[in-house]
Amino acid sequence: MEKEVIMAASQPVAYERKKWEKSQKKQNYYRTLTLFSPITILALWEVLSRTALIDPRFFPPPSTIIVEFVHLAVNGNLSSHVMISLYRILGGFFLGVIPGILLGLLIGMYKPVRYTFQPLVMALMPIPTLALMPIIIIIFGITDFSKMVTIAGSVFFPVCINTAAGVSNIDPIFVDVAKNYGAKSKDYFFKIALPGSLPVMMEGIQMGQAIALLTIVAAEMIGANSGIGYLIWMDYKAFILKGMYVGLVIISFFGYFFSILLRFLQRRLIPWQK
Amino acid sequence: MSSDIKIRVHQLSKIFFRKNSSVHAIRDINFEVKNGEFVCLLGPSGCGKTTLLRILAGLEKPSGGSYEMIHGDRNKPLQSMIFQEKGVIPWMTVEENVAFGLRMRHAPKNETKERTDYYLKKVGLWEFRKLYPSEISGGMKQRASIARAFANDPEILLMDEPFAALDEQNKYILQEELLSIWEETKKTVLFITHSIDEALLLSDRILLMSAQPGTIVREKIIDLPRPRKIASVRSNPKMGKEFVDIWKHLQEAVNGNLKGATTSLPNEVY
Ligand SMILES: Nc1ncnc2c1ncn2[C@@H]1O[C@H](COP(=O)(O)OP(=O)(O)OP(=O)(O)O)[C@@H](O)[C@H]1O
Ligand SMILES: [Mg+2]
Repeated sequence: MEKEVIMAASQPVAYERKKWEKSQKKQNYYRTLTLFSPITILALWEVLSRTALIDPRFFPPPSTIIVEFVHLAVNGNLSSHVMISLYRILGGFFLGVIPGILLGLLIGMYKPVRYTFQPLVMALMPIPTLALMPIIIIIFGITDFSKMVTIAGSVFFPVCINTAAGVSNIDPIFVDVAKNYGAKSKDYFFKIALPGSLPVMMEGIQMGQAIALLTIVAAEMIGANSGIGYLIWMDYKAFILKGMYVGLVIISFFGYFFSILLRFLQRRLIPWQK
Repeated sequence: MSSDIKIRVHQLSKIFFRKNSSVHAIRDINFEVKNGEFVCLLGPSGCGKTTLLRILAGLEKPSGGSYEMIHGDRNKPLQSMIFQEKGVIPWMTVEENVAFGLRMRHAPKNETKERTDYYLKKVGLWEFRKLYPSEISGGMKQRASIARAFANDPEILLMDEPFAALDEQNKYILQEELLSIWEETKKTVLFITHSIDEALLLSDRILLMSAQPGTIVREKIIDLPRPRKIASVRSNPKMGKEFVDIWKHLQEAVNGNLKGATTSLPNEVY
């Protein structure tokens, strides 16, 4: 006869504490991994570039990029380029997000709106707004606003589509609850449709944020005489690749920063989601 | 004014029309419910109980016939529904859920607060009022659902198998809680269940439905004294007989055979 005896620890609390400590250690280990992967890549890049195993003209060592960054920052005109880009990004972002949310909610809530606008949204979405930039510039000139419009045009679609999906994914039982308890359309909008669609909507806004950054660089390359995209383009044309990399690093930092900001906002706005 | 009619249903029918297969959910339903009466609708699965209740709740339009619900006090809402499951809204805290009806009808702030607090305490959710539904148990969610309906203070409560998804113990506790709240408010209740025990415990009268298309085939008056407790209802020999009687009826309804096949009773029940 076989017998399996599982020995429980004689001190359960100590046993669980040990387990807890172990899991904490693991957590720290994962954190180091996230930190080390970029550092390793950068170190590798540095070494390969300095030993000319990769062409330092195309891939200047990261340390020289940092030096260039400090140099540009101290010389003063970097911060003005960053500020103007930031201004356009934020302006374009909100110019796209707000109408996106509004139309998305309407599409999700009202069938006639859905059947009228959904085909239009679907048909217009694949058109890159960048391709329309010449027209946008003809209409609005080489102004900050024309860049904002370009960004807004790209940001609008994922936000609108996700918001509409968020609304139509609301369990019909909550619609019944609202109806049975006599919710008027204003209350329905603010208590059911808006909060109910928020989780999916926020995913769309997160996407829109990334698209805004992709768009600003390209837009400033095409038609601008300031901004990070302009900087990247000029340095590229003058073959000052260090400067170009500074621009790319700044954009990448923006993306990282905005993601964290939005995640934070998401936790605040959607406290019921665990 | 205590024995006047509150709900009057006349020849009510509902057909769900499809191109190829229409469903005749309920047919020629007739019944009345008196003011302050607790009536249970009992019938086999798919016989149209939910459909009937949804029509009365204003969520579905009948295909034929008519119904009338007498609105006595214009300061109170006419009816509120307690949904089977998942009726609590996930993005509102327990407290906001309970206050929902009052908020929707823009009741005065202090009344809303008073009634919400009262029913939160009444159903034992006071300490949990700031939590979201995802953070509480299934039984607690159902409590919140009940508190929301009572806090709204309607004249009629429509309840669709509110305890069906709960485990036995939670069910008994909530049944007794419901009885005690109902006894102090004396609202008119139309309660759907497929549990015979539940119907015997709760109701003044049971309406038995046939299988699809559902229609009311019999009614039973349950004249046990109130306040009722599960233990006393269970140990009452008369209720044992009623149970067997209803059980036979349900078997027949399911088999579609009114003479009744040889019925085997679960002998652990009585
Ligand atoms: N929206 C609908 N569209 C089509 N058919 C429906 C719809 N709602 C209900 N039915 C059909 O009507 C019949 C009655 O359904 P109903 O939900 O009222 O039954 P029920 O008595 O509540 O059953 P249960 O005890 O299982 O909850 C079923 O055959 C069901 O398929
Ligand atoms: Mg049902």
